[in-house]
Amino acid sequence: MREELLSIIEKNSRIDLKELAIRLGEDEINVVNELAKLEQEGIICGYHTLINWEKTNIEKVTALIEVKVTPQRGQGFDRIASRIYNYPEVRDVYLISGGFDLLVTLEEKSLKEIAMFVSEKLSTLDSILSTGTHFILKKYKDHGTIVDKQIKDEREVVSP
Amino acid sequence: MTIPLNDSITNIKPSGIRKFFDIVSEMKDAISLGVGEPDFDTPWHIREEGIYALEKGKTFYTSNAGLKELRKEISNYQKRHQNIIYDPNTEILVTVGGSEAIDIGLRAMVNSDDEVIIPQPAYVSYEPCAILAGAKPLIINLKQENDFKLTPEELQNAITPKSKILILPYPNNPTGAIMEREDLEKISKIIIDNDLYVMSDEIYGALTYKGEHTSIASLEGMKERTILINGFSKAFAMTGWRLGYACGPKEIIKQMTKIHQFAIMCAPTTSQYAAVEALKKGEDDVKEMKDAYNQRRRFLINAFREMNLDCFEPFGAFYVFPCIKEFGMTSEEFATKFLQEEKVAAVPGSAFGESGEGYLRISYAYSIENLKVAMERLKHFIETLRRRK
Repeated sequence: MREELLSIIEKNSRIDLKELAIRLGEDEINVVNELAKLEQEGIICGYHTLINWEKTNIEKVTALIEVKVTPQRGQGFDRIASRIYNYPEVRDVYLISGGFDLLVTLEEKSLKEIAMFVSEKLSTLDSILSTGTHFILKKYKDHGTIVDKQIKDEREVVSP
Repeated sequence: MTIPLNDSITNIKPSGIRKFFDIVSEMKDAISLGVGEPDFDTPWHIREEGIYALEKGKTFYTSNAGLKELRKEISNYQKRHQNIIYDPNTEILVTVGGSEAIDIGLRAMVNSDDEVIIPQPAYVSYEPCAILAGAKPLIINLKQENDFKLTPEELQNAITPKSKILILPYPNNPTGAIMEREDLEKISKIIIDNDLYVMSDEIYGALTYKGEHTSIASLEGMKERTILINGFSKAFAMTGWRLGYACGPKEIIKQMTKIHQFAIMCAPTTSQYAAVEALKKGEDDVKEMKDAYNQRRRFLINAFREMNLDCFEPFGAFYVFPCIKEFGMTSEEFATKFLQEEKVAAVPGSAFGESGEGYLRISYAYSIENLKVAMERLKHFIETLRRRK
């Protein structure tokens, strides 16, 4: 049940328990227990909502920042990563293979705020060698969902 | 002036589905539960292979039997899933959908006055194709009490000295019924004893929700007397590509290839290249779609239970077949009223043969959200009917 359960709630975490149990062909109590276990084991880390902010009046600017760092003795990249992810404005931090080390995403109200964060907070941290900031201009697809997709059934209404 | 028309075709009634389609198309904003095709788009990597084939200029006929590479992959697929070995050179023919394979398969096998045994409710093409091939259809009316399986008794009682072919349409459209290995074993004895041949339409084979699908051709002594029909439409969500195939004894495939060669030349080239990709790398997509169908199936069965609507539990295809006999209407009356009052279209069971009377075919090739709304409306509809009684 675990894999199928995860794949359903990955797409829709708001699904009600009863429906979830029916779709999985399981008793509700088993589903509740499994969900609790998944949370305990840290497999389910949170429940988020996918929002297309572009359709609201609220201004949001997102940036992807490439960061090159000097790994620290005994701790590798973990220490510097924790210095970065502890800033609440930082949304994601990934260790990346290739031309740079860390990929940081940041969401702010304006371009200026992002610039301030990079210049004042990020690049002044010890062991940061360089940063490269990319602003997101348009979001097409997020978490496997095509953001502005019009769903239209192209099929004939009745067929054998 | 007399318009030249052939009597066999003019005497055949148009499909009952067509009639219902005309009513539905005039109804605006109706929800449909009436389709017989997947709601998923063809997986992108398969579409891309089709596009790539066009880009490379693969725009010519293939050999009559189909691309060699595709026939090899079909052979691998049957070996992998059913452990049946078909020779790609002589025992496989690629056709324009499974429906072409049904048509030319029957034409290649029957002579006039041979009987073709057709268990119903079933897909609408078998009976007309048998008639057009010059044969006589012999209908077996299947029963809900047997979960719409073909029982050995029903088969034994139907057989006459003229019976030649048995159509075996499982997993079944419209009932969703399946035949498991032990069910097939029981009838295969009778088939062999009476020297029948089987046309096994396994187009929904990959969509089986109770164990894995078993082909009758995989049973002992059955490969040599079975034409196995399958295709890409349902499993890989490729209905519009029009691609199916037949596997069977080389003597029959040879004659089928002749009809195919004269009538069609070859199946669409682009589709054949896409299908190679589907068989090589599409198994994960099939699993993902199958899981989604299975969740919807459970959802519908549960919804019927909650509204006390009589329905046997189907384990195949993407249809449920609830019984509406308690309302004292024909399926066509029920479906028409349901459409007019609740704006939901479902196909009357009678479109699939006499024994479908009193049932409704509901397709779950729709999103759960869609099905939820439809089930609320069905609940409202039958509660109103029950109160009126």
